Amino acid sequence: MTDIVAHSETIEQAVPQALSPSSRYKTEEFAARVRRRHKSESRFRWLGIGAISIAAVVLVTLISTVVLNGYTGFFQTRIELAITFDPEVIDPSGTRSADDISGADYLKLIRDALAAAFPEITSREDRRAVVDLVSSGAPFQLRQMVMADPNLIGTTKTITLLASDNVDQLMKGHIARSLPEIQRNVSDRQIGWVDALAGRGQLGTFFSLDVVTQNNSRQPELAGMRGAIIGSFLTLLITMVLAVPVGVAAAVYLEEFAPKNRWTDLIEVNINNLAAVPSIVFGLLGLAMFLNFFGLPRSAPLVGGMVLALMTLPIVIIASRAALKAVPPSIREAALGIGASPLQVVTHHVLPLAMPGILTGTIIGMGHALGETAPLLMIGMVAFVADTPTSVSDPASVLPVQIYMWAESAERGWVERTAAAIMILLTFLILMNGLAVYLRRKFERRW
Amino acid sequence: MKTKSIAMGVVVAVVGAAVSAGAANAQSRDQIRIVGSSTVFPFSTVVAENFGKLGKFKTPVVESTGTGGGFKIFCSGVGPQYPDISNASRAVKDSERESCAKNGVTDITEVTIGYDGISVAVNAKTKAFKLTIPQLFLALAAEVPVGGKIVKNPNTKWSDVAPGLPKTDIEVYGPSPVHGTRDAFNELVMDVACVTFPEIKALPGDQKKKVCNTIRDDGAWIDVAEDYALIVGKLNASPEAVGVFTFFYIDQNKDKIQGLTIGEVKPTFDNIASGKYPLARPLFFYVKNAHAKLIPGITEYVKEFLSDKAAGPDGYLVAKGLIPLPADMLKAQRAQTMALAK
Repeated sequence: MTDIVAHSETIEQAVPQALSPSSRYKTEEFAARVRRRHKSESRFRWLGIGAISIAAVVLVTLISTVVLNGYTGFFQTRIELAITFDPEVIDPSGTRSADDISGADYLKLIRDALAAAFPEITSREDRRAVVDLVSSGAPFQLRQMVMADPNLIGTTKTITLLASDNVDQLMKGHIARSLPEIQRNVSDRQIGWVDALAGRGQLGTFFSLDVVTQNNSRQPELAGMRGAIIGSFLTLLITMVLAVPVGVAAAVYLEEFAPKNRWTDLIEVNINNLAAVPSIVFGLLGLAMFLNFFGLPRSAPLVGGMVLALMTLPIVIIASRAALKAVPPSIREAALGIGASPLQVVTHHVLPLAMPGILTGTIIGMGHALGETAPLLMIGMVAFVADTPTSVSDPASVLPVQIYMWAESAERGWVERTAAAIMILLTFLILMNGLAVYLRRKFERRW
Repeated sequence: MKTKSIAMGVVVAVVGAAVSAGAANAQSRDQIRIVGSSTVFPFSTVVAENFGKLGKFKTPVVESTGTGGGFKIFCSGVGPQYPDISNASRAVKDSERESCAKNGVTDITEVTIGYDGISVAVNAKTKAFKLTIPQLFLALAAEVPVGGKIVKNPNTKWSDVAPGLPKTDIEVYGPSPVHGTRDAFNELVMDVACVTFPEIKALPGDQKKKVCNTIRDDGAWIDVAEDYALIVGKLNASPEAVGVFTFFYIDQNKDKIQGLTIGEVKPTFDNIASGKYPLARPLFFYVKNAHAKLIPGITEYVKEFLSDKAAGPDGYLVAKGLIPLPADMLKAQRAQTMALAK
């Protein structure tokens, strides 16, 4: 508006009174002014497109780096070996007692199988080097099989075992064969054995969802996100159960019932400020309150959920208030006009109409909580937890924490695991945001 | 109304669950809890995982809090709500023992698990150079002796420290003070080097300690809080940067970085194990004796940690980068921890 006024003023001043109104628009000066305005218009458009392109390039680079690094995390190298379940090794006494079976040396079975596969290996050093081709989790896999089915003892079976992380990285090309031997963690001889096994069809890289379905481990080839996914789910469950009812109730009261005075203004300012408090502060609060004062367990999703609920509460309140505000006053007046009580107005009319907005805000708050690590650091959720949590008071880790811990580990295999884990986390975030969009589209009413 | 009462019911249920969980937690726990050093963390977690896979006990929960942070939590009391074991990349300090004792944690058992080398590393493509411990001090201390006086460190390039060194800026990424690795670096490099300078030796006690243990803060030394992998990435990206961190990261990233020779000794597995490499330090964990009877599995965990298949010369911890103890010391550690079982 002001622009137009300013322009018309300059036109008035610049154009001599003598000219007729129609010829005013045909002067050189006028054409120059129009050109200038068009230029600044297109400059602005280009700036806008530039800003969007920068954002898009950054996003595409980020996502493509993650995907390019991470897609190999969904593949896993496996070795097929003919394992003889030698009774002499597993159960020398022949009693089939659970103690004997569980304490047996299953690595020896693998050693024997490899010795059979490579009869030419004789030196002690080489025998040790060839065992390194197989994941250190393989003996536990055999142990589990035998414990589940003791009848295996005495038979010979072809079993698919996981390859070690170094072999896996070699097969995927993350360890370059062209490097001098001293700079690799796989020796030339080991490469020779890997190629021999691959040549016989006993070794190959296959699609695998282990990174989703397995529990956390310190061996990159064994590690998965299962425990963290369940931990995140339990934590968010607690967050939702606490933050949504409290947040919506607070918003309804402040928006619909509270008198407008200095106190409610003060509360409003405080809520807005709380939304901007750094999340680590909530972690400190959780440590002081929930752990030290109430004596709740460390590393538990219960406490994590409570801390994250405190963090998301202001977001839920602000989003819910905005949604309630967007319901037109005519709805309230009409309901009051036909005799509804103020509570009925809210529960029967305003709240249902505001629900899509409230849900959207809540889900975005939850997405925020899903990606948070800082507050969880203080309450001990940044921990190595190998067992799957079964209740909210069991120790657990969450998705972003596990990503952080994988990223700082030394072995090369963690690079792709970390990127794959980021892909999983992003998938969950996209699903949650998608749900928010869907709910808004489905239930939104326009006036 | 109905939704509101449901919501209220759920909130009450959660608070109830919280209170009962708190009460249950105070009574008992069947899972070992470990806190402490991020250097010991990889070893501790591997033992925890293998220990859990044996199926007799739950897998211990291991937190990486840094040595100092670990002792702080470890020393806060005796009882199921406090951790049982604290990992440490340096020995416990007297001040920490005192704060432990104040909270009733009087009997703790120190277990030495092996050695770790502190490496000074550069990009694998950079031409390696040799350093001595006094040269490291001259490059990194806040104050250094120049011409008989103690002055603010004037060296900006490595070649200012000694003529044979490269003409590149001193840019060193190293552990921040929360790390035990930093304490070990102070002890093994700074303390050792500073007594070789007569000017510093002549200083009175307090001032000497300050000069010896203060690392420069003018940007030549860059603190890295937790993440050694970050230092590896940094070295990989910039050919002039130098990193200080544990030996294992070099071993795992040989194609990207290389360890510098310190005092004519290369940082290799054998040199650290034999004690030739000067920047080697022992790693520990501390067990609360009172918890050995309280929490099931602690003695078994310690036993697993010190077993031949873990900390022995061919054990799985060695594959993870631990430099093993000599056989007689390992035996002595085992004998010493037998007392826990009683």
